[in-house]
Amino acid sequence: MSETQPTPNKGTANSSTGAPAGTPGGVTQATLVRKAAAKSDYKPADVSPQRRVQRSYSVRLWAIRHSKLLEWFYSRFADAFLLLHPLWRGIGYGRVEAPVKFVEKRVKGLMFDCRMCGQCILSSTGMSCPMNCPKQLRNGPCGGVRANGNCEVEPDMPCVWVKAWEGSRNMVNGDAILNVQKPVDQSLRETSAWLRVTAQAAAVRDAAKTANTGASA
Amino acid sequence: MTPPRPPQRDENPAGIHLPLERLPGHSSRGRLERVLRRGEFAVTTELNPPDSADPEDVYNRAKVFDGWVDAINAVDASGANCHMSSVGICALLTRMGYAPVMQIACRDKNRIAIQGDVLGGAAMGVANILCLTGDGVQAGDQPGAKPVFDLDSMSLLETVRIMRDNGKFLSGRKLTTPPQVFLGAAINPFAPPYDFRPIHLGKKIAAGAQFVQSQYCFDVPMFKTFMQKASDLGLTEKVFVLVGVGPLASAKTAKWIRSNVPGIHIPDSVIKRLEGAEDQKAEGKKLCIDIINEVKEIPGVSGVHVMAYRQEEYVAEIVDESGVLKGRQPWKRETRPDDARVAERLGHILHDDITETQVDMVKTAH
Repeated sequence: MSETQPTPNKGTANSSTGAPAGTPGGVTQATLVRKAAAKSDYKPADVSPQRRVQRSYSVRLWAIRHSKLLEWFYSRFADAFLLLHPLWRGIGYGRVEAPVKFVEKRVKGLMFDCRMCGQCILSSTGMSCPMNCPKQLRNGPCGGVRANGNCEVEPDMPCVWVKAWEGSRNMVNGDAILNVQKPVDQSLRETSAWLRVTAQAAAVRDAAKTANTGASA
Repeated sequence: MTPPRPPQRDENPAGIHLPLERLPGHSSRGRLERVLRRGEFAVTTELNPPDSADPEDVYNRAKVFDGWVDAINAVDASGANCHMSSVGICALLTRMGYAPVMQIACRDKNRIAIQGDVLGGAAMGVANILCLTGDGVQAGDQPGAKPVFDLDSMSLLETVRIMRDNGKFLSGRKLTTPPQVFLGAAINPFAPPYDFRPIHLGKKIAAGAQFVQSQYCFDVPMFKTFMQKASDLGLTEKVFVLVGVGPLASAKTAKWIRSNVPGIHIPDSVIKRLEGAEDQKAEGKKLCIDIINEVKEIPGVSGVHVMAYRQEEYVAEIVDESGVLKGRQPWKRETRPDDARVAERLGHILHDDITETQVDMVKTAH
């Protein structure tokens, strides 16, 4: 698509010189803007306007390499959380939210560079958090992935979706990557996905139980 | 008085500016869908959006495609560079009876704005919508802008499909008249993860894509492999694939694009061929025609999308010389019968060189 075309820069007709049409000296408008920015000693490493990742990607990549192990662990962990459902309900989901969120944010932040979207789909994305994509794509890579598999926006970051595809191939239920995901509900940001999933699973379980007892009675 | 011209194939006999009837089994009232569903080889192109508020700029840029293309893409701030909006271009083009493909990029608008634009576009007579993610803002002329990316291309497709088929907004609120649109998506078979790309196409089809336009294809073998995989998955019967092609101005441009524009894959052989040529611009055009001739034979390819950025005047030549239309002439903008009649009756005012005074007029009246 010409979406990815260089900027026309009128007034510099140099298409006859063999340089890319309308780009003086073969630079994009973006480069010109960047060059024109004020110089200072502090230069942030990456350019993504979303929250910057200020450390290396090694833990994230480790998690993707061990996606099968994490998948296994996650399902056990979800079961354990569901077993504790009476406890959560006893204390009150509203009251446990703060401490659970505190732990969840730090653990998932360390493991996956979690962005706390509140609707975790790690198990459908090969344990690669799609919210780390500068475009926050939840359904697959964009067309701008570099030939070396890195991100178009942040040239040093491996594309989240290239890694997601690799991770999903190791997983037992890796084909969950084929599901079309709904748009992110922005109103759930900074809430606990663990508690939400647990409460929903409990609701489903209770509904099934009442349906069963209703049928047997 | 000249006899009225015979109506063109995909034209409302009551007037060129009027929408067509929707055929059974079609989801839009547009010409592009008719052409594709008839099994004809479709040609689409892209209009370079003006940095201007003059409607004539749009009409002049559309005129060069007259009678050569089935639809014109109205791009939505391509490359994150600010231009006239795709909604604005569509408003102008539909007025004149052109068949635009309204591109919607998720970069600049949230779901509220997008659903509103879909309704507005459909109301103006836009029959084709292309759902894109959009380039990151860093690529454009205003890198400090806030990237929205509220939806992604997939959820955008699904949103418009829900609006069309279920007659509902994403929220579930009902629409009184759903938009009748032919839904498109973009594919890039030339970027990693290569194994995932055909599956990704399948996901887009599941989300609602009825036609897809690909990124520039310069590597035909790679595209063949992709199409083979897609047809093995049974995807090529479910979607019309339009292959993106375009002329390269020179070897230098090709090298520059390769290293600066993400997502465009240009193999070394192409650059070598351009470097070896005496007239690189002519060779670039010839290369484009050769690629069209190669890809049109690939099973599952339903058309080409010619992107001749800032070389739009070559589109007609490329389409003509490649012979993909096989003698067919796509819809061409012609004067409406009533306009023609007015021009005929009053044309003498413009063309005859008579200066009449009031006195003369009174004399002739007697």
